[in-house]
Amino acid sequence: MQNKEEKVHEPLFHVSKRSSMPLWESTAIRVASILLALLLCGLLVALFLGKNPADFYVSLFKGSFGSQRKIWKLLKDIAVLLCISVAVTPAFRMKFWNIGAEGQTLVGALASAACMYYLGGKIPEAALIALMFVSSVLAGAVWGLFPAVCKALWNTNETLFTLMMNYVATFFVAFCLIKWTPDGSSSLGILEHGHLPRLFGNEYILLIIVVVLLTVGMYIYLDYSKHGYEISVVGESNRTACYIGIDVKKVIIRTMLVSGAVCGLAGFLIVGALDHSITTETVGGLGFTAIMVSWLAKFNPLLMFVTSFLIVFLNQGASQVSQSFNISNAFPNVVVGIILFFIIGCEFFINYKINFRSRKEVK
Amino acid sequence: MKRILAIVMALVLVVAGVVCLTACKGGNTETPSDSSTSGNEDSKVDVSKVKLGVICLHDEDSTYDLNFINAVKEAQTTLGLSDDQVIIKRNIPESNQCYEAAADLVDEGCNVIFADSFGHEDHMIKAAKEFPNVQFCHATGTKAHTEKLDNYHNAFASIYEGRYLAGIAAGLKLNEMIKAGTITEDQALIGYVGAFTYAEVISGYTSFYLGAKSVCPSVKMNVQFTGSWYDETAEKTTALSLISSGCVLISQHADSMGAPSACEEKNVPNVSYNGSTVESCPNTFIVSSKINWAPYLEYIVKSVAEGKAIDTDWTGTLATGSVQLSEINDKAAAEGTKEAIEEAKAKLEKGELHVFDTATFTSEGKKVESYMVEDTNEVIKDGYFSESDFRSAPYFDLEVDGITRLNVNFG
Repeated sequence: MQNKEEKVHEPLFHVSKRSSMPLWESTAIRVASILLALLLCGLLVALFLGKNPADFYVSLFKGSFGSQRKIWKLLKDIAVLLCISVAVTPAFRMKFWNIGAEGQTLVGALASAACMYYLGGKIPEAALIALMFVSSVLAGAVWGLFPAVCKALWNTNETLFTLMMNYVATFFVAFCLIKWTPDGSSSLGILEHGHLPRLFGNEYILLIIVVVLLTVGMYIYLDYSKHGYEISVVGESNRTACYIGIDVKKVIIRTMLVSGAVCGLAGFLIVGALDHSITTETVGGLGFTAIMVSWLAKFNPLLMFVTSFLIVFLNQGASQVSQSFNISNAFPNVVVGIILFFIIGCEFFINYKINFRSRKEVK
Repeated sequence: MKRILAIVMALVLVVAGVVCLTACKGGNTETPSDSSTSGNEDSKVDVSKVKLGVICLHDEDSTYDLNFINAVKEAQTTLGLSDDQVIIKRNIPESNQCYEAAADLVDEGCNVIFADSFGHEDHMIKAAKEFPNVQFCHATGTKAHTEKLDNYHNAFASIYEGRYLAGIAAGLKLNEMIKAGTITEDQALIGYVGAFTYAEVISGYTSFYLGAKSVCPSVKMNVQFTGSWYDETAEKTTALSLISSGCVLISQHADSMGAPSACEEKNVPNVSYNGSTVESCPNTFIVSSKINWAPYLEYIVKSVAEGKAIDTDWTGTLATGSVQLSEINDKAAAEGTKEAIEEAKAKLEKGELHVFDTATFTSEGKKVESYMVEDTNEVIKDGYFSESDFRSAPYFDLEVDGITRLNVNFG
């Protein structure tokens, strides 16, 4: 037996799946991967830009923590991204690949902007804000409902469907903007009515509080409610769900309504608390970034505090690097890409073990 | 294990080496800023206390923003500002993020902040109200003269004059084609790719048309809108459809290479915008007009340095160097183009010639005697439409006879 094995050429290393790993070890691997990525980025900065990597690290950090205003902006940006990430999560847990958060958020934003445009100044502010809230949530839910119904009834491909709905939303906004700007500029400007109140004189606090509550609420909904359990079962296997008497169609439609509605809420917050206006770029790709946030957090809403922080921190840092070095955003975006690649790539080393060929065995 | 350790050690060494090298490089870069401060003496304005912040919609990848970023660099060199005195923020959308960027620039110590995109306006005004001691300047905006804030200002340039001169080059090219017999007088049809039915675009294509008409009286023009400021595919297909419908010369008001590259493919002469496209279109590019923002940036920096008020509405002209024409491409342009443009330019500068002279065009078959903009401003004065007068952003939006809008879905 041993003789036979000696003749077989054993590769330098082989990969095997790990059964489990203690938390400290997986955390250590993640931290190490980030540090390694930063080291590589510093090297690239030195090689391609001829700048001091130390300046690069300082800028990266300064982008989020350079001033009190930057810290508030960091928290606000995390809140907006987190809101959309939390929104996509129920569908993802169900393995319904909803990549339409961008469009669902945008129609939510559009609904709010439409209320502000048509009713601003004509009805009391409180009523206007309430109406904005309701219409945004409804708009987002409806945008999520179409693909869900088609998936539930005819098993259409939800990825393509939700993706296409993003384009419809964008052009719908472009259409409304042309309609609303008689001078032909397609630029709406700040609408005067329907601004969410500032708490403690800060325009971000309300938004942040709402999103924190929402995130915790979603965690409870998904992990401790009957609905949440049904979602998990449908995600694991449709047939199991059927077997134990879960109405799969109902769960798909209900879950996408929740996803879409929360996206709509995000749109309401963006327009009501921040922009007070709308453009086709109002969501600006956050609907797609949110997918990454949700995925990196393994669809756990509480972990998304960390992952959304990470993504926002990197983006703010990249802008600051672009500003400090006076270069276009191309290079900083490459850097962000590299860091994300390392972070995602390190999951491999957490899930799998690399076994090197031991010399003794070869001999 | 040892091998891995060795690799890691080697990596660390390399990184450390590069860090040291670049640290030295970093030290060297400080010298140019010292020498540049001597440039202040020439301009005789002490600009050392000024810090300029610039907010751009996109980055160098957009021709529109590139034009601004180049202007910032030019102004920086001319004024002798050090790198610490200029901050450019790129990729700032037309949302609350514009306000956030402006506030952040104030935190960084900027005392004059400039934004480059139309949709930034309201967010700049919001910042201007919050920071009264900082000057906010906005290109292409329309609200400074009605907001009446001491620290918020609009700027544009009399680009219609540049368009008019470029139009002369187009008219001469048509004349050459008529003379050569490739087209008849009635076939002198220009195609124009527009973005939106917005006054800036209308003013641009009308002045271009009037320039062409001043030398080629039979010229007609078809305008088709894309509904986007930057959509390379739409601009290209629009240009191609204009060409196939009988247009013998193309010009555009949109920011991509779509229309010029369509012209090069079909060998149809093109008058470009925002800068020369001669490198990609050596056979068809005639001339291009553009706004150079450097004079305005120099003006606002000097004003802040001297503590002088900045004009609420500032309109750059041919004389200030804000309106520029590129080099003429002799391969495509008609003979005598340069001379004709020089002559008209001199007349424009002296005020002997007005682009929107009401004697040269009719609207709905009639001469325009009176026209109100923003309800209260009569803009027909001394026999011409006074563009960019009471505010810097263009407002000429009349439909002039001879120009056909093929689609008006956008506006």
